Amino acid sequence: MTTFEFTILVAIGSLVAGLLGALTGLGGGVVIVPLLTLAFGVDIRYAIGASLVSVIATSSGAAAAYLKEGYSNIRVGMFLEVATTIGAVTGAYLAVSTPTKAIAIIFGVVLLYSAYSANKAPKDSPTEDPPDRWAILLKLDGKYPTAQGEKSYHVRNVPPGFGLMYLAGVLSGLLGIGSGAVKVLAMDQAMRIPFKVSTTTSNFMIGVTAAASAGIYLHRGYIDPGIAMPVMLGVLAGALIGARILPGAKVRTLRLVFSIVIAALAAEMILKGVKGTF
Amino acid sequence: MTSGTTWGDKEFEVFIGRLLRFGVILAAAWVLAGGIHYLVQYRGAKPDYRAFRGEPADLRYTHEIVHEALQLNARALIQFGLLLLIATPIARVAFSVIGFALEKDWMYVGITLAVLTLLIYTFISS
Repeated sequence: MTTFEFTILVAIGSLVAGLLGALTGLGGGVVIVPLLTLAFGVDIRYAIGASLVSVIATSSGAAAAYLKEGYSNIRVGMFLEVATTIGAVTGAYLAVSTPTKAIAIIFGVVLLYSAYSANKAPKDSPTEDPPDRWAILLKLDGKYPTAQGEKSYHVRNVPPGFGLMYLAGVLSGLLGIGSGAVKVLAMDQAMRIPFKVSTTTSNFMIGVTAAASAGIYLHRGYIDPGIAMPVMLGVLAGALIGARILPGAKVRTLRLVFSIVIAALAAEMILKGVKGTF
Repeated sequence: MTSGTTWGDKEFEVFIGRLLRFGVILAAAWVLAGGIHYLVQYRGAKPDYRAFRGEPADLRYTHEIVHEALQLNARALIQFGLLLLIATPIARVAFSVIGFALEKDWMYVGITLAVLTLLIYTFISS
């Protein structure tokens, strides 16, 4: 394959990945690494570097729309970023010393979890527990706009949420993904933050988390311009198109189909990792 | 104390959102321009990404990338565009420091500065 062919094919693949990622809420980054490694035979370290770059592009690109809506809680985001950025640095250093077949297996497991969690119906589960003292100390409780006017909410279980965010950061730094699924797990399930607030706040955090490991990847030579260029441009274009058509799209079936594809890719990565052919 | 957890100045957030989008558009345009230059130069070459060799030093360090990009080296031009992209979330954190300072929320000025310090540290270390 010549450079020209490689660039065009990777750009098209990344565009489709970004489009499906935006439409299904799974994010484009999750399929970039399997796409590059399984379909194009790219070494997983180059694939992770390119994927991480595309994660920053979609996060920053979408921020403008999210910030206008007024859902994201900037204090929750900034406080939890302490955990995700430290985690991302840990993960990026771990990536250097972890065998690639182990990375492939971990990647497959995280992919499977992402596919599973994206198909669970989001539900807000308010509780009547007394407010969390950490949430009060850190001024994390907030308000968000609804059809019935502003609604206030309390943030719970701050220490476990912070711990899960560290894990999300480690996975992001180790695998070059946004780890949106783990971030949503921490904010929705543990901290009981309303769904819309956690999704938008998570988007804001993903770019900052990825930037924390990007510097380390760059210094280690994981970011190749010939791969990152078509991936970044493709995913960004796909995500922008996806955001345009999202309001009118029927995403349930699409999400299920995309999840099955992801599960199959995950299985192949795990198998190859176990057989040691990665 | 439980209220007012979003910034009082929502316009500041909208401004940051626009700034981020501008950063992404600029970075994408830069990468695209570098990419076209790169393809013109290398279109017929056979890239081999199967084995990991790591990038050469002039594509790994900020000052080297800037130096090479000024010589219009195609791969360094792309790499510089990617640096612009990586800078967008870092700029966002830097602006958040200002936002919290305007609100006189010194606890969050401290938290945000800690995040910013870590982000900058990863670029100058290793």
